[in-house]
Amino acid sequence: MQASRLNRRAFLRAAIAAAAAAGTSVACNRNQTPWRFFTLNEARALAAIADQIIPPDQDPGAAWAGVVNYIDHQLCGPFQNLQKTYREGLAAVDQTSRSLHGNPFADLDSQKQISLLLALEQGHVPATIWQQRSSGEFFRLVLDHTMQGYYGDPRHGGNREGVSWKMLAIPYPPIRGRVRFNPPKRELTSRSR
Amino acid sequence: MALKHVNAIVVGAGAGGGIVANELAQAGLSVVLLERGKWYTPFDDRKDDLRNQRTCVLGNSFGPDEERNPRVYADSRGREQVVQSNHWAYSNNAACVGGGTLSYGAMAWRFMEKDFRLRSTYGTVEGSTLEDWPISYSDLEPYYQKAEWEIGVSGDDSNNIFRAPRRRQLPMPPLPHPREHQILKPAAERLGLHPFDIPMLRNSVPYNGRGACMRCRWCVGFACEVNAKCGTQNTVIPKAISTGNCDLRTECIAKEILTDDRGRARAVAYFDSSNRLQEQSADLVVVSCAAVESARLLLNSPSRLFPNGLGNRHDWVGRNLQGHAYTGAVGLFEQETYDDLGPGASIAICDFNHNNPGFVAGGLLANEFIRLPYQLASRGGQGTPRWGAAHKDFMRRYYRRSISVMGPMQEMPVFEARVQLDPKVKDYWGIPVARLSGHRHQNDLLGTNFMAAKAESWLREAGATTILRSGPISLDGPSGGQHQAGTCRMGNDPQTSVVDKHCRLHDADNVYVIDGSVHVTNGGFNPVLTIMAIAYYASENLVKTWKGTHGRA
Repeated sequence: MQASRLNRRAFLRAAIAAAAAAGTSVACNRNQTPWRFFTLNEARALAAIADQIIPPDQDPGAAWAGVVNYIDHQLCGPFQNLQKTYREGLAAVDQTSRSLHGNPFADLDSQKQISLLLALEQGHVPATIWQQRSSGEFFRLVLDHTMQGYYGDPRHGGNREGVSWKMLAIPYPPIRGRVRFNPPKRELTSRSR
Repeated sequence: MALKHVNAIVVGAGAGGGIVANELAQAGLSVVLLERGKWYTPFDDRKDDLRNQRTCVLGNSFGPDEERNPRVYADSRGREQVVQSNHWAYSNNAACVGGGTLSYGAMAWRFMEKDFRLRSTYGTVEGSTLEDWPISYSDLEPYYQKAEWEIGVSGDDSNNIFRAPRRRQLPMPPLPHPREHQILKPAAERLGLHPFDIPMLRNSVPYNGRGACMRCRWCVGFACEVNAKCGTQNTVIPKAISTGNCDLRTECIAKEILTDDRGRARAVAYFDSSNRLQEQSADLVVVSCAAVESARLLLNSPSRLFPNGLGNRHDWVGRNLQGHAYTGAVGLFEQETYDDLGPGASIAICDFNHNNPGFVAGGLLANEFIRLPYQLASRGGQGTPRWGAAHKDFMRRYYRRSISVMGPMQEMPVFEARVQLDPKVKDYWGIPVARLSGHRHQNDLLGTNFMAAKAESWLREAGATTILRSGPISLDGPSGGQHQAGTCRMGNDPQTSVVDKHCRLHDADNVYVIDGSVHVTNGGFNPVLTIMAIAYYASENLVKTWKGTHGRA
């Protein structure tokens, strides 16, 4: 028994080591937040950016729809190689915001947030903060991912409850085969061979 | 353990290879069909709008997998990048049994007579290796017909006055018209155009033992979950296997064609599904891996006689990489255009395939397949809001009130647009990967601008209040994409082509290339039915000249 328990312990240790080695990233699931990759501050900044890209009105906005969750999820999967971009990019956004308005991005009022995002998009930002990367490129990346998270399939962690599809009045869940519900009027027959 | 010798190895179970394997197996040859991907069934299908073959921001659903299959892309300014299979520059075509035919939109076009005689029709074009095909439309006509009836095509092109003559009508009628068709048809007629029902490799009625389309809209980029879309994976490949002569081996990566002292193929070395290196000997080898990978396999098969790759004595393998320059416009309407009826694409015109002012050739225009919400949201056409409240309003207002008219523009072949072996980058199996480089021809830009304007005027006549134009195409970098073609050109002169008019290598009489690679020019049409017709045509000749194992002169 003793031997087998040791074996199991050894196996577990090896398994953990293997998982760490094969793991997607050191950042995934290692921090003290509900997120896989983001820190609380990063998630807060991203939610604020996403909510300006797709703001809440009569329909929920990007943050409610889970866009941050979508991006967080993908950063530990297909978007792994973008972890550094997000870490540094979001920090630079907050730094830009602090240098211009004295507060992090999420604490600005809506007008200031919009004008800051416009400045990022067009590259009118302090060069000292955006030396390493283009603010326009970073903004367009977040923009694209926000659209994916809001309008894409809920199985990837965004588009909560199919909110965008309901908004567009397209069937949710998607209808499997319209002819099953509206049979064609004229009967079709195969031509003789 | 040595594998049992067979008559033929077909590398690649796509549109071309699937048909060749069946034709050879039916004729009694023993065939090994190698496929680098898996065999998916309709039940494996997932309608995932972010992970499919068309929109692959989270990856491809039918391969090749992103990690193990890199390529190198170099634009005309020499900027290089290593790209994964879900990057636009990769020129991906699905890696699975059926190849592109599992997840395609399934338009089934015959090229026009002039498409085989572009050089005779338009003369030489500077900066292009434009040439006539060594075969004509009438040579291929019986095989187009065979493909239409054996694989299964629905539609009705009788209103297309520009079409080449056909001896037999299509086996299945078109599907009933969706709302976009009803809006676009009278508008086209008012403009004096000639709209008709797109021929599609899709069952509109039960055919060939499979049911009819259920009209779910999830066509292009996806597998059909009711198996109504016709590809080689649900037609000829099962038939080939049922002869008992065809051994389909999936997840097998061809490494090299091995040749004997005389430069003839004797075997194919490949990595099997357990990544073990195998050597399969055969009397003949058929390369059907699509334009990028077919060229790569030949280039990866050097020998003493052909140190630059099999069939590459005159440096033509991998040259003239082409695809289609896609162009068109999206029209925004006041009325609802959306009816959730698949497959979406339904109406087309061929008025602008030829005889256009100021440029060579042209292409068809047709309404588009499914436009997923993310695709419209990220389109960012000129004049649309990019983000914010205005963008959200735009989506709410126009997602159900938009029609997209697009078309493939016939590209001019360019000698410098090519597939090479990358000197540094290797794939998971240690095989040098394809390096795509070069540029497009100026004519592609002129043609797409013209066609985009025609798409726009059609949409305006149909009642569109706003037009979102596609921006001008970039001529930087080579073309390719899913419609990749041209890298093993068919021709009579061994100095300026790779295969003869029966798809046999000039340099090795038991090696054939049978896929889009042999296209001299790629038509202003989706190329799959032409690939299928060539596969039937070349197989027939192959079987006719087959003299038994080791018995050839």
